[in-house]
Amino acid sequence: MNTNYLEPQGRGALRDWICSTDHKRIGVLYLSVMLTMFWVAVLIGVLMRLEQMTMGPTLMTPATYNAMFTVHGVIMIFLFVLPGLPAVFGNFMLPLMIGARDVSFPRINLLSWYFFIVGGALAVASLFLGGGAPDTGWTFYVPFSLRTGTNVSLAVFAAFLLGFSSILTGINFITTVHRMRAPGMTWHRMPLFVWALYSTAWIQVIATPVIGITLLLVILERTFGIGVFDPAKGGDPVLYQHLFWIYSHPAVYVMIVPAMGAITEIIPTFARRTIFGYKAIAYSSIAIAALGSLVWAHHMFTSGMSELANTVFSLLTFIVAVPSAIKVFNWTATLYKGSTKLEAPMLYALSFIFLFCIGGLTGVMQGALALNVHLHDTYFIVGHFHYTMFGGTGFAFFAALLYWFPKMFGRTYSKKGAVVAWVHMFIGFNILYGSMMLLGLKGMPRRYFDHLPQYHHLHVVATVGSWILVAGLAIYFITLLRALLHGAKAEASPWGGLTLEWTVSSPPPVENFDVIPTVTSSPYAYNPTRTS
Amino acid sequence: MSVHRDDLGARIGMWLFLFTEMLLFGGLFLLYSAYRSLHPLEFHAAGSELNVALGVFNTLVLLTSSYTLALSLTAVEKGQAQLAKRLVAATILLGTVFLIVKGFEWSAEFRHGIYPNGPELLKRAPGEVLFFGLYFTMTGLHGLHILAGMALLSVALLKLAKGTVKRGESIFLENVGLYWHLVDVIWIFLLPLFYLAA
Repeated sequence: MNTNYLEPQGRGALRDWICSTDHKRIGVLYLSVMLTMFWVAVLIGVLMRLEQMTMGPTLMTPATYNAMFTVHGVIMIFLFVLPGLPAVFGNFMLPLMIGARDVSFPRINLLSWYFFIVGGALAVASLFLGGGAPDTGWTFYVPFSLRTGTNVSLAVFAAFLLGFSSILTGINFITTVHRMRAPGMTWHRMPLFVWALYSTAWIQVIATPVIGITLLLVILERTFGIGVFDPAKGGDPVLYQHLFWIYSHPAVYVMIVPAMGAITEIIPTFARRTIFGYKAIAYSSIAIAALGSLVWAHHMFTSGMSELANTVFSLLTFIVAVPSAIKVFNWTATLYKGSTKLEAPMLYALSFIFLFCIGGLTGVMQGALALNVHLHDTYFIVGHFHYTMFGGTGFAFFAALLYWFPKMFGRTYSKKGAVVAWVHMFIGFNILYGSMMLLGLKGMPRRYFDHLPQYHHLHVVATVGSWILVAGLAIYFITLLRALLHGAKAEASPWGGLTLEWTVSSPPPVENFDVIPTVTSSPYAYNPTRTS
Repeated sequence: MSVHRDDLGARIGMWLFLFTEMLLFGGLFLLYSAYRSLHPLEFHAAGSELNVALGVFNTLVLLTSSYTLALSLTAVEKGQAQLAKRLVAATILLGTVFLIVKGFEWSAEFRHGIYPNGPELLKRAPGEVLFFGLYFTMTGLHGLHILAGMALLSVALLKLAKGTVKRGESIFLENVGLYWHLVDVIWIFLLPLFYLAA
């Protein structure tokens, strides 16, 4: 009888965890840090909404507000959404799903968690140290980021370390998928979450070094004044924007592709049906990774690029929507004639599709040059971004956590709690970010700490929405914390999933598999008579 | 945990890492090409101030160091551990020579007031300021990579001495070699871009 991975390993609780190279423990380490940081950023978001409840300064000064949206963005993006699914569920599930005992480089895996922790600590430290919290927005645009006296260098260095952590994870996952698959697990028998992680890992490896050098240049510019981004010395700020978005646009696919992968696992399990269009979904992940690297300048249509560049990037932006749409059609087709069970993870997964469609289609709108000029730097962008990143990745993260929670911790949670949380989150989310989109269409600029009277109504509505949303989040986390403490023991396969992680006990044994399994069929053979 | 050794996996991991290193410098090459196309004459003028002889000498030093490192790998595979250790030590020595020469070049430039925000440099045209900004950034970053490579080579030397790198188990030295060759190749690009720009 194998012990499970959560049981003490005899080095003391702390060392058991922070010195462990077990991919499952590392996944849980990421999860705990990430959720803590998530709540910090949520509270900052709520404070910003409270400030917008009234006109004029109420809770904070404009400078504080600038620091708040910067820190909210930096934490949410670099410490939650970006590493979210790959670092937590990728680490935990990838080896289990391909029938391996660990990733290819377990020690480098732990090292990348340390980079993550140090990066996170420095990001938090930049709020409190000397010069004051950075106030540039998460994009660190020059020349302002070169002139401001706040702790930009420290925050930028933190982002650099987090990027390094992301690169190491990417290298690890690519190698793992190539080298560690169980016998019989051909590329077309891999679960689609693995395909998504594989595509994501390539984006991490290809794009992250570019932000690495860009951030280093900002630090060098601030410290030594080398001049490459400083207009006073002949440097070109638009080149900074190019370098920044060459990474940061692909980065949004690092955020969304694994989220789509998790949804692709959840839907066939609860529809009791094999996935429709396996290969189309698998290769659309790769297509997103490839095309997503070629659209960065659609963030810069108003920055003064040539007409030709604008047109080319607009066209590419429309094209990148195609592989995402392919996935949506395949999910819906999978549901058709399925025996759908509306368990909690399924509710979150279905609302992911709904919210992601809104987020994705409003993205296509902004890809149109004429409309983009009107919408640029308004609340519409903020609304769109939250529909994709929170409605998309966030809801997928919460869906994935509910789906794999019994496997990861060996406990079951209250379905009622998870569903009540979902109702609140879904309603609050749409009120909050729907209002933001309307505000943006009417012309409310983003990143302003105050607003004109004609925007007041919708600002109040949005703030009320933020309360409902936060209530939902609170219920969600309380439900899971209670399950962690008092939940009933979970079975090996509570949902009847067929991928390999459900074949081991819950929580999984230290070595994952006593005997490495041999794979003989597709991972989604729910209705073997109907599959070819 | 069962001991799991996968040389091909380690090699794949290293190549992926080299790929990220190339992209790291790639951002700088992008800036270089953008600014050079904007200021061709000023890049030409600034490039003529660098010491071509020292640049070429350093190139030869690095190429030789790659050669000694490649030889050491062959020596390990032939079971000649003693020779392999000497060759790795020679590589570290050549890396040191490179850094010393580079140090003399930089300090000469500093003495002339040519450094980021330096009084002499700020009097120049924007294209020259950008040229030297990129020169110090790229050669500096490259120098840091040489330092990192030398640290890794020292670890390899220790492993050779302890016998953990030996015939049939030389993947660590092989991967350090890959890294060192990449750093060498980057220099091969820096030489024409800066020293031969004139």
